[in-house]
Amino acid sequence: MRKVAVVGAGLTKFMRRAQETGKELSFEAARAALDNAGMQLKDIDCVVMGTAPDAFDGVHMKGEYLSDGSGAWGRPYLRGYVGGGTGVFAPIQGWYHIASGMFDTCLVVCEEKMSGCKPHPQGAFLTIFDHTTERPLYPNLLWIFALEMNRYMTTHGITKREIAHVAVKNKKNAMDHPSAQLPMEITVEDVMNSEVMAWPVNRLDVSPTSDGAAAVILASEEKAKKITDKPIWIQGVGWNLDTSYWTNRDLYYPEYVERAARMAYKMAGVKEPRKEIHIAEPYDPFDYKELHHMEGLLLCGKGEAARLAVDGVTARDGDLPVCPSGGLLGVGNPIAAAGLMKISELFWQLRGEAGKRQVPGQPKRGVAQAWGDLMQVGTVVVMGVD
Amino acid sequence: MNGLETTRKETKLKKKGSVPQANVPSGPLLKRKMAFEGTPLSGKDFEQGKVLFTTYKPKLAYAWDTGRAIGRYLQGLKEGRLLGVRCRHCDRTVIPPRAFCERCFRPIEEWVQLQDRGVINTFSISYVRWDAVRLEKPTLPAVIDIEGTSPRVGILHLLGEVDPKQIKVGMKVKAVWKAASERIGAITDIQYFKPE
Amino acid sequence: MDRRVAVIGIGTTGFRAASPEVSYREMIYEAAVKAYSDAGLAPDQIGSFIACSEDISEGTSIFDEYCPDQIGGARRPVHSVSGDGLHGIITAAMNIQTGLFETALVECHSKVSNCIDPVEIMNYALDPIYNRPLGEHPEFIAGLEMRRYLYESKAQPKDCAAVVQKNRAHALKNPWAAYPANLELEEIQDSPATFDPLREIDRAHHADGASVVILASADWVKKNRVKNPVWVKGMGWISEDPGLEMRPWGRSIATQKAAKMAYKQAGIRSPRSEIDFAEVDDTYSYKELQHLEDLWFFPLGGAAKAVRSGLTRSDGKFPVNVSGGCLGMGNAAEASGLQRVLEIVTQLRGEAGVRQLKRVRQAVAQSWRGIPTTSCAVAVLSKGVNS
Ligand SMILES: [Zn+2]
Repeated sequence: MRKVAVVGAGLTKFMRRAQETGKELSFEAARAALDNAGMQLKDIDCVVMGTAPDAFDGVHMKGEYLSDGSGAWGRPYLRGYVGGGTGVFAPIQGWYHIASGMFDTCLVVCEEKMSGCKPHPQGAFLTIFDHTTERPLYPNLLWIFALEMNRYMTTHGITKREIAHVAVKNKKNAMDHPSAQLPMEITVEDVMNSEVMAWPVNRLDVSPTSDGAAAVILASEEKAKKITDKPIWIQGVGWNLDTSYWTNRDLYYPEYVERAARMAYKMAGVKEPRKEIHIAEPYDPFDYKELHHMEGLLLCGKGEAARLAVDGVTARDGDLPVCPSGGLLGVGNPIAAAGLMKISELFWQLRGEAGKRQVPGQPKRGVAQAWGDLMQVGTVVVMGVD
Repeated sequence: MNGLETTRKETKLKKKGSVPQANVPSGPLLKRKMAFEGTPLSGKDFEQGKVLFTTYKPKLAYAWDTGRAIGRYLQGLKEGRLLGVRCRHCDRTVIPPRAFCERCFRPIEEWVQLQDRGVINTFSISYVRWDAVRLEKPTLPAVIDIEGTSPRVGILHLLGEVDPKQIKVGMKVKAVWKAASERIGAITDIQYFKPE
Repeated sequence: MDRRVAVIGIGTTGFRAASPEVSYREMIYEAAVKAYSDAGLAPDQIGSFIACSEDISEGTSIFDEYCPDQIGGARRPVHSVSGDGLHGIITAAMNIQTGLFETALVECHSKVSNCIDPVEIMNYALDPIYNRPLGEHPEFIAGLEMRRYLYESKAQPKDCAAVVQKNRAHALKNPWAAYPANLELEEIQDSPATFDPLREIDRAHHADGASVVILASADWVKKNRVKNPVWVKGMGWISEDPGLEMRPWGRSIATQKAAKMAYKQAGIRSPRSEIDFAEVDDTYSYKELQHLEDLWFFPLGGAAKAVRSGLTRSDGKFPVNVSGGCLGMGNAAEASGLQRVLEIVTQLRGEAGVRQLKRVRQAVAQSWRGIPTTSCAVAVLSKGVNS
């Protein structure tokens, strides 16, 4: 199989509300990634766009609308999407553009501008539910998280207090991230005492809505070695979509994440993820999701992740650093861009360029993961230094 | 600030004889600081007219075909009955009904009338409306495993006539229907589920 | 590694004006069952699943949630592409070429009859800051494009009428078509102008329908002794300027570049002599003429002459849209592009019945994503491996 590397990454700030249009945010991220790789747009063979529902930007076919901002003018351009999983799927899409032998370089851009959606971006999520059997009940997006979190807690006997450790850790980690929207030093008590939104979810359990963009540049082996001395290789990719009948599944465990992870680990030759993965960036739009996904990624047993968070194993200087970037909880959640931010984090961490966020011990391999749709899709990328 | 500096080898990508761009310092090795662009705005910037914006309210409307399976499901609701289907290949009884089994990829022909009661699989106490408006009195969404289906097969609905503090996973609940004259063939023909 | 990819299975519901008797799930299931049956495969033999859709057309955000079940993709690698059917084919082919999968499935559908106001949906695709506030019916863009195209190519509105006449007549022989008709040239020319020179009848009507295509690697085709593979020999796709302000209105530059890309892969030097027939986008009648020229089949102005002389009729030397195209079959959004591929596969296999073309070996499919985009895709499909 043709080897593919990440050779550059760039981010905008993640913001509650950006002055820039979606096109402009895309441009800034793409430009930053090109600068980071020391490349120019003319060096790019094709462009991949990742962006979640059109309802945010208020534009039908918004991939088309965003194309020029992403550097796609006059190029092969595709937008893929798997809901919230898009941010980690976009680099997979870039990967197959190059691994297919069709191209040597690919610019992957993810954009989300949620603030333009009125009265509130949450309103757009009403339309993700089944139009006939669910929408008439006026569901809120928070419901599905609350329902899943409750099931997860009840099945394993995990407490809200244990889960809150994740929010504390990630928001603190984000204090060292220059893009971060919600960096803060808080305590478990703060999380517990924050406003109840949809029990068991409190305000500080949740990542913010954001505007922002991210970009990475992928290259074939031959090209990558010319571009940089430190390419970071995409060792494995995996994705999996479960049935849309989400009320027919037991929500306590993300089976689809496990399947996606197994696909990626198999390709990467990873047999014992707990030993062979040195750094993890699982999807954390809510604090319990980080734990849920660590289990799906086979980084610990079912129901064991909370213990690791409480014991500090997942701290930046812990045995298994998880979301050293600050994650969605701390850096922000411009949906697709947030997923690609995790890929950028692995890229910088594995190159030893993460500055204050650098995890100790020269990590050699990491995994990034995103999740989305109706608690339904897992997207997984394994990256490493060789 | 964060050490995100990149070492750039300009010469390698440059074609022979090409002229470096005026604003890009040339040289074999170029250190460039990562920039994290973006201009955060506050509500005040809008109130004080510091930024311009344009608004648009889409006039999008749909009338979705319910098809055979969901069509019959809705008809059942109108009649005050909860219908499911059984796949004879994997022996699963499921709700909402479907014309084919997503696991076996075979048509489903067998209809089953289910009890209008079940067990709470999971629930929430929600103080936020669908459009993020804060609620004084919480809504009580739940996944309810319907009696007579295969394990862990339920539907999304609401709970009512219950003190939120008393709700437990595993609690038995029963549908509270609208009056027959008010039913229209919709999921809302069931008002909510209440403890048995 | 043998990087060639072939179409090994197709299925379609056919197109019709509305489909109230089935849900989108049931409609797509029918197309998928047919494609599996045609390929002699079961869902667990598919490596990667690709669905093409756009949220606003469905009335559901993150519509990819609802894609897996009806194509047999639950708990499998499934992803959506916001592109049309040809983009889906291209995605599937790349998936297979990585070596990670031996087979892939592409699904497209349209339930546009469920949209109360499709014009508003088209309008919602316009730039929200520069163009939408003008408050115009978005199809004025087709009027602008048509006028500039006629000016540059010196084609006449009656040549566009001839395209309508030809394609709707072609549809008479296609049981999958929703809008077959035997029209007189005069009555087409008398059709009222909407965005002059565009007439009401120059626009393809909307249609519902679902189509599914299954592809496989060359190794798989060999190993399983597939009888009638149709090879995807070249693929190209390009997006040009999404804005209205700087585009060259007369030509489809995206089609030109995408065609070059596809022809290069397929080793085609002289498209007109190496390609036997074509299925191209004709959402508006003038688009067929424009696209044929931008696919390098004719010089500027040559397509009008060709339609006038009957060259592009099903009994002509270079048949175009023998399926009926969008004008005859109906515009089924993403499924339109996939239907171009289905027709070519049916023809190359010799299974097209009363509309079967004789002695055809190689064809081109082309698609356009519609107003206001400049995104086009092209594929070269071939019966023989080395033809
Ligand atoms: Zn079954």
